[in-house]
Amino acid sequence: MTQAGARSWTESREGREVKIPEGLWLSCPACEEMIYRKQMEANAHVCPLCDHHFRIGAQERVRQLSDANTFEPMFENLSTVDPLKFVDLKSYKQRLKAEQQKTGQKEGVQCGRAFVKGRAVMLCCLDLTFFMGTLSSVVGEKITRSIEHATEHDLPLIIVSCSGGARMQESGFSLMQMAKTSAALARHDDAGGLFISVLTDPTTGGVTASFAMLGDVILAEPKALIGFAGPRVIKQTIRQELPAGFQTSEFLLDAGIIDRVVHRQELRNEIARIVDFANK
Amino acid sequence: MAIKYHLEFEKPLVDLEQQIEVLEGSAEAGQSDLTKEIAALRKSHHQMLRKIYNSLTPWDTVRVARHPARPQCRDYIGLICKDFCELKGDRRYGDDPAIVTGFARIGSHKVMLIGHHKGRDTNEKLACHFGCAHPEGYRKALLKMKLAEKFGLPVVTLVDTPGAYPGLGAEQRGQAEAIAVNLREMSRLKVPILSLVIGEGGSGGALGIAVADRVAMLEHAWYSVISPEGCAAILWKVANEQTNLAAAEALALTARRNKRLGIIDQVIKEPVGGAHRDAKATAGSIEKWITANLAELKRLKPAGLPARRYERFRHIGQFRESRPAPVTTDD
Repeated sequence: MTQAGARSWTESREGREVKIPEGLWLSCPACEEMIYRKQMEANAHVCPLCDHHFRIGAQERVRQLSDANTFEPMFENLSTVDPLKFVDLKSYKQRLKAEQQKTGQKEGVQCGRAFVKGRAVMLCCLDLTFFMGTLSSVVGEKITRSIEHATEHDLPLIIVSCSGGARMQESGFSLMQMAKTSAALARHDDAGGLFISVLTDPTTGGVTASFAMLGDVILAEPKALIGFAGPRVIKQTIRQELPAGFQTSEFLLDAGIIDRVVHRQELRNEIARIVDFANK
Repeated sequence: MAIKYHLEFEKPLVDLEQQIEVLEGSAEAGQSDLTKEIAALRKSHHQMLRKIYNSLTPWDTVRVARHPARPQCRDYIGLICKDFCELKGDRRYGDDPAIVTGFARIGSHKVMLIGHHKGRDTNEKLACHFGCAHPEGYRKALLKMKLAEKFGLPVVTLVDTPGAYPGLGAEQRGQAEAIAVNLREMSRLKVPILSLVIGEGGSGGALGIAVADRVAMLEHAWYSVISPEGCAAILWKVANEQTNLAAAEALALTARRNKRLGIIDQVIKEPVGGAHRDAKATAGSIEKWITANLAELKRLKPAGLPARRYERFRHIGQFRESRPAPVTTDD
């Protein structure tokens, strides 16, 4: 999967000679205007013209949310195995290796302690660039350990979700991570812990149907796709067109399923504010 | 006689079945004593049936699990429960017939019985969305589980769903949230919970009522993160006989493989030729499993159940942990 923002001018105008150095400018997928990449990146990867939120990886997310140099990565010693010896058109091992080479990451989530505007938190950021942020045993384990750590140290827990759902290559193990993480959140809840769930584009499937929907407070970035089933599957099932804006953050806000839609530039402030309201 | 439904791999049996029928017909007409011939044919039929069912591919298993005559939740309720007092509705939106809930007596136990129901005739199937529950179904299930907890009744769930319903209303009413809340709340319910996959165990829709102290599967049921067709369409780019078979194999969705992986605790044997050939016998095995496990779990202190259940799920998942372990927790 390529990031939406990674589509460059040269790629989109295939075959035409373009003099602009690749990647310096890009066309915003929402407003289709040409924007200067550096300006977009300095704007928290949000289109300066139309506020389109570009998809970002976990490293960038961590950088944006935490106070400078305060993020201490944890549970980095866990690595993915291939428990089912899964082979489709390629083997799971091959796919894993390719993802690792592409991203330089070991797995699809970064977890660690951090400070957000001076407030100590436990921060987990799923990484869409790695295997679509899917829920593997390692992702589930790292999130569960993070929840347990937050519970033990009474730290506010922040999980930023973006995921294509389950990691099919781990089948039942992937499915059980939903139960595992949700059970850990029950204990966190019993202990009076605060959990802020932040949903970003896209959050679907097993991730939505487990920890992502269990926040004490659920925030979402604007216009993110958030749902249980994917729009394609729904369309096939009900055999009719989906209404405009279906399964967006705004749709879920109207439906009463999430608490707030928050601009990326405001996320840090909002998290700090909610941590304060919860007396954490 | 009603036309029987045969699965593709059962075709070799059809011939024998017809022969038996013909002989039985003429025996009834009193033409001659064919008892021996019939017995011999029955024996070879049984042997062939056993052979076929002993060598099912995972994709065949999925087809057995979806057999139109396979007993469903309400059938087992009829066969197992001495008394069933159905309770409906989620008190918020409506009643979802895809999930059946109610007080039930099984053996000497009073329980809260919860199960997916697919429906038998066309109308019932449509009403039940073929066993695909909506958020109100999951919320109804949870409401009744809390009721069970209040009165100290164990919860028994029968899982049989292709998956939670993917639709407009389901999304709008919070399908993901409903399932997520069930996972969290079931993990801390202070009464014993037993879950049994009787047919299809499709992903989150199945797990939404299957966070239990003991999880079992009928021999020819399947349980996985996605259906073979769904997996084939995504990873093999196309779902056909060949890719469905490959996906079913890769997903490790059979009862035996799930047991070996530690995802379920027990496989319950089905009669030779599958549950649909002898619903009563299957129900008998299910009842035995339920009563034996309830007797065991009832000996434990209810307050300690969530901790045990937590441990059960906490250790599922495979990964490598390299040393040195990070200095993270104090223990």
